Amino acid sequence: MNRRRNERALVRPHVVTGGRARPTRNVFDLVTLLTATGDLPRTGLSPEKLRIVELCQGGALSVVEISGHLRLPVGLTKVLLSDLVDSGHLVTRAPAPAARLSKARILQEVLDGLRASL
Amino acid sequence: MDSAPASSGIAAATPYLRDSVRTAVKILIVGHFAVGKTTYVGTLSEIRPLRTEERMTQAGASVDDLAGIRDKTTTTVAMDFGRLTLSDDLVLYLFGAPGQRRFTRLWNDLARGALGALILVDTARLEESFAVMDIVERQGLPYAVAVNHFEGSPSFPAAEVREALDLDATTPLVTCDARDRTSSTEALIALVDHLLTLDRDGAP
Repeated sequence: MNRRRNERALVRPHVVTGGRARPTRNVFDLVTLLTATGDLPRTGLSPEKLRIVELCQGGALSVVEISGHLRLPVGLTKVLLSDLVDSGHLVTRAPAPAARLSKARILQEVLDGLRASL
Repeated sequence: MDSAPASSGIAAATPYLRDSVRTAVKILIVGHFAVGKTTYVGTLSEIRPLRTEERMTQAGASVDDLAGIRDKTTTTVAMDFGRLTLSDDLVLYLFGAPGQRRFTRLWNDLARGALGALILVDTARLEESFAVMDIVERQGLPYAVAVNHFEGSPSFPAAEVREALDLDATTPLVTCDARDRTSSTEALIALVDHLLTLDRDGAP
């Protein structure tokens, strides 16, 4: 039952984020989608940020998948992602405003997709 | 997709989203300890489910109550999640959410923007679902209830389950087997159908 305690990271999260507990922006949902831009130099990135950029180089993933794949706590991941969007290494992937779906339309698409998967 | 260097370890083995996906939504799969959330998410997910943790600052948070648990060898400490691509544009994330109220910050994070919640219940331990239902209602999330059918659990008439859980007459109540893809998908369909009705009727 001590699994969580034993799995604690060796490096304290505040060291990784340079002392900050909160991201510079508060726009990340757990399922915000991100990809790497790929054309910026990676020199100077911390090892954790480098791992994120390398992971996101392959395609789009959600915030929570990045956290899960890299075994980083979600809160910490958000701080790092926020920095990486600020520095231009990552971009969020969102629908063009004109293509943004209404809630009813989204629910209908979810319903149709689930029925099709039966 | 860019041709990332083949040797770049983690990227090579990662299941990325389709390039056309632009919209991501989430539904929470909630319930008390050992009710089958992790199994349910694993049954429906197209990727190997992932687990992630939010750091808990509360000291000495007690572990889940292990009394009366059958065949449960692992504990859901934070959240398990899976993914289901539903169209070229749309991906659905399923989160197995912890049934403990002390994870308030995690809960706020999970509930923000969620379409709704599917509450899994076990008829042998219905009263253990009360706390979870309180959390979901307090978060203002619309929900449906799915009885996860366990071998050996008593089978009650739906009316009795409704009464025990004090369900609104319009709240869907279905039965599923969290190990079975079809019945688990049907439970989600019942939830989303309900969400559409609520949306049409102008409820939150």
